[in-house]
Amino acid sequence: MAYSSEEIMETINMVENLHFDIRTVTLGISLFDCGDPNPSAAAQKIYDKITKTGAQLISTVRMMEKTYGIPIVNTRVAVTPISLLDHGYSSEDFLVIAYALEKAANTLGIDFLGGFSALTQKGFTKGDLNLIAIIPQVLSTTEKICGSLNVASTKAGINMDAINHATEVIFKAAGLTAERNGIACAKLVVFANAPEDNPFMAGAFHGIGEADAAINIGISGPGVVRATIERCPDHDLGALAEEIKKTVFKITRAGELIGRKVSKKLGVAFGIVDLSLAPTPTPGDSVANILEAMGLACCGAHGTTAALALLNDAVKKGGAMASSSVGGLSGSFIPVSEDAGMIAAVQCGALSLSKLEAMTAVCSVGLDMIAIPGDTPQEIIAALIADEMAIGVVNNKTTAVRIIPVPGKKVGDKVSFGGLLGEAPVMAVNNYSPKKFVERGGRIPAPLRALTN
Amino acid sequence: MEKAVVTVMGEDKVGIVAGIAKELAVNNCNIIDISQTLRQGIFAMILIIQLPETLALLYLRDRLEEAGERLGVKVVLQHADIFQYMHRL
Repeated sequence: MAYSSEEIMETINMVENLHFDIRTVTLGISLFDCGDPNPSAAAQKIYDKITKTGAQLISTVRMMEKTYGIPIVNTRVAVTPISLLDHGYSSEDFLVIAYALEKAANTLGIDFLGGFSALTQKGFTKGDLNLIAIIPQVLSTTEKICGSLNVASTKAGINMDAINHATEVIFKAAGLTAERNGIACAKLVVFANAPEDNPFMAGAFHGIGEADAAINIGISGPGVVRATIERCPDHDLGALAEEIKKTVFKITRAGELIGRKVSKKLGVAFGIVDLSLAPTPTPGDSVANILEAMGLACCGAHGTTAALALLNDAVKKGGAMASSSVGGLSGSFIPVSEDAGMIAAVQCGALSLSKLEAMTAVCSVGLDMIAIPGDTPQEIIAALIADEMAIGVVNNKTTAVRIIPVPGKKVGDKVSFGGLLGEAPVMAVNNYSPKKFVERGGRIPAPLRALTN
Repeated sequence: MEKAVVTVMGEDKVGIVAGIAKELAVNNCNIIDISQTLRQGIFAMILIIQLPETLALLYLRDRLEEAGERLGVKVVLQHADIFQYMHRL
């Protein structure tokens, strides 16, 4: 046979029993040609461009799913950061554009649309400030729009003023969706070194260096990697890394195939495959369970950061061999609410916020989908974001924070967000005050990195 | 001509091979390789087929799934490229 029975059954077993899927096909669309001083005219141009460029997106994705027998969980669109389209718009003008984006997303039938974003690592334009001011209303009155703020970069340092703005946005968004456990916050990511071709939400946007349109693929498959590790109970860690690489190679190839076929069919550029291992709340589809399969009694135990570093590196190495178009975030995600193993680890007391922060130093993407008490002082959240940004800035990597101060909830409560967003135990924060530090504002200078350039 | 892989799994009984082969013949598909095993009463068959130019893979997929339902087995049809990409350099 051209392929052995074992090879064919391995692929089928990955899908049928180990939750292997393509997490997302994300169509990036540049909106730079939609600018107009009149916000209503701009909104119409934006709606027209998105619905025209993505007209065949859903039908193509469904066709590929059936042709290759690999489930594709989400179909998304990422657009140029909307603050860059500013023509002296007020916040209300940006709202008009946001509703056009939501309408376009509904017309296409996609799951999410990302890019209600601003890049503020070094400072603000008036447009940035007007857009940021309206983000809470946008996220609480739309279903599909996702936003992000880049507040730090290795080249620019950490913009503490931007972090303070982001924190205010988070609080307002949580308050406006208090009856739904602050779910609007799940659609907002605060970044350091935001990638311009990331297909994953809530942080996807179509960067300024990108083509007019591009297809970006996010693969998944924590269950497949866990099964690989469980088959190797006696391998030493080097041999284990080798096995993970081989498995990730295969799942990345599936992503590469789907990406190439979708882009060819739609007649747009093939952008990147994002190698991230993205968990879901489904039992077995968990990154925490992978670390536990390596030999930790529970995710969060001492050794977790080392195990995650091994995993993340093996994922990158296997994936980089499988595709010449690797990009996006490419690592392992550790969102608490979206990973049944992480939830269990928090609930039994093994996994704390401090340990999660340490883990983010060796993987993508950051403190993700973490619920904290709704009465957490604003400055504590700002400082928590600053810490996470510092890890990204100093280590020249992407880090992010997606945090939900759940109104009315206390440590130990459990809140449900539904669907892929899962449910989260409300976690404890360190309550010693960083107020004076964050209120200083300004910018933490960019780190010196051996005098390059 | 496009190649595809048909995987058939289910409880063993009379007529599975014939039923699937008939559906392929009706749709003018050529079987270019076939293997079948039986483990603990579970029937598993893998066929590599060639589709005629005029036949849409998704149409055949629906026909084979219907045949599978009639025969009480699970049938999966996948374009061969997925195996080429995942298992060959």
